[in-house]
Amino acid sequence: MKPAVFDYYSPSGLEEALSLLDEFGYDAKIMSGGQSLIPMMNMRLARPKVVIDISKIDELNFINITDSVIQIGGLTRHFQVEESKEIGEICPLLTEGMKLIGHSQIRSRGTIGGSVVHADPTAELPVMLSTLGATITLASSEEYRTLTTDEFFMTYLTTTIETNEILVSIEIPIPPANTGFAIDEFTLRKGDFAIVLAAASVTLDDEGRVKSATLGLGGVDGVPVILDEITEELIGHFPDSDTISECCNRIGDLVDPEPDIHASGEYRKDLCITYAKRVLERAAEKAANRKG
Amino acid sequence: MTQSNLKNIALTVNGKEYTASVEPRMLLSDVLRDELGLTGTHVGCEHGICGACTVIMDGRPVRSCLVYGVQADQAKVQTVEGLADPDGGLHPLQEAFWEKHGLQCGFCTPGMLMSACHFLEQNPNPNREEIREGISGNLCRCTGYQNIVDAVELAAELLSKNKKCDDESSDLQVVQTGRKVNV
Repeated sequence: MKPAVFDYYSPSGLEEALSLLDEFGYDAKIMSGGQSLIPMMNMRLARPKVVIDISKIDELNFINITDSVIQIGGLTRHFQVEESKEIGEICPLLTEGMKLIGHSQIRSRGTIGGSVVHADPTAELPVMLSTLGATITLASSEEYRTLTTDEFFMTYLTTTIETNEILVSIEIPIPPANTGFAIDEFTLRKGDFAIVLAAASVTLDDEGRVKSATLGLGGVDGVPVILDEITEELIGHFPDSDTISECCNRIGDLVDPEPDIHASGEYRKDLCITYAKRVLERAAEKAANRKG
Repeated sequence: MTQSNLKNIALTVNGKEYTASVEPRMLLSDVLRDELGLTGTHVGCEHGICGACTVIMDGRPVRSCLVYGVQADQAKVQTVEGLADPDGGLHPLQEAFWEKHGLQCGFCTPGMLMSACHFLEQNPNPNREEIREGISGNLCRCTGYQNIVDAVELAAELLSKNKKCDDESSDLQVVQTGRKVNV
């Protein structure tokens, strides 16, 4: 469990990091928190010739909240988001979801950007960002560009980030007031990768009917899956458990998860339905409570 | 490997300053054990699953097998060796693990202690469910965890009775035993 030899660079600013990327190209690997990359390097599944450790670039470690958006720097550590009181009030889905990421030790080091770029389809952040309609901003030495999650996540562990780019921030639109969130996942052990993961956001109108809703699933495909086909059915209805159940029972027709050693495809489908119901009900309940 | 690949690092471990010259690929766990001679930190899986190598780095628990030594340059690290008094008096957590038989083979214990140390600093009065969550990143293959949870519960009680500590040396806040260690 010792990594292969590599050259190590620890740039102190974004510009320097980007020029190192330009210099080393495919030979280089960006390391931020290292909580997925280092295990892969220790097992020699990854053998980058050059590691560019961006974890000391302070300019990319920030949480910036405006009237319309929560912007989080790529190098912000998981625990910083988890402990942010403002985020807890404005967008509690993030706070709740952060607690599901690995363990406390992982959240000390792991970063928002690292987790998003790693793009594990069973990871919490990609599903949360997709559910929240977030955007992802990348920088190269030539330009900045901002992508939607649809444009960014391609398939298992693969995104549209170029070899000369670094994720600089994510932007989450501030949700309307009458919105409730929930996230839950099925894991074999606490802190393990999820078998299936579900996140929901439900916004109610003044009468308590569903105004809009989003359901995101992880662990069912190579990218986070957003099931608007299901949540559109809820719009205009009171979100009681019968209505939610009826909609969610159709999920089995819409997803086709791959089997693996942990769970068969059929079992994953069942989990999707169970967890989708659970998070939609909880999110609706929270939306009702928030409305007061 | 060429000599030029070696990097010089300086870090503070348990209040004492150390320097070392290490390859970038050397894990912090190996730096602590092999370069600094601090073998209290145990190495289990070396890929971030077991938690045996947990240490406190800049005030947060980390798996020292998932940090390269070069990344700990200028960091303040606390290991299990920093828990007990220099004269050998046990930290309340260690007393509690002894009292409640919170270990059998002892391999996971240094990691358990360091995780529990940080956890109790964050949550000085936890319930048993919270304790389980707090040590969920550490595997023990002997005890079945019951006695570890008992021990952390007792440690919380011992620490709450020992509030005289207002140690200002921030990297040692974790050690709430009322003693002062030179930084």
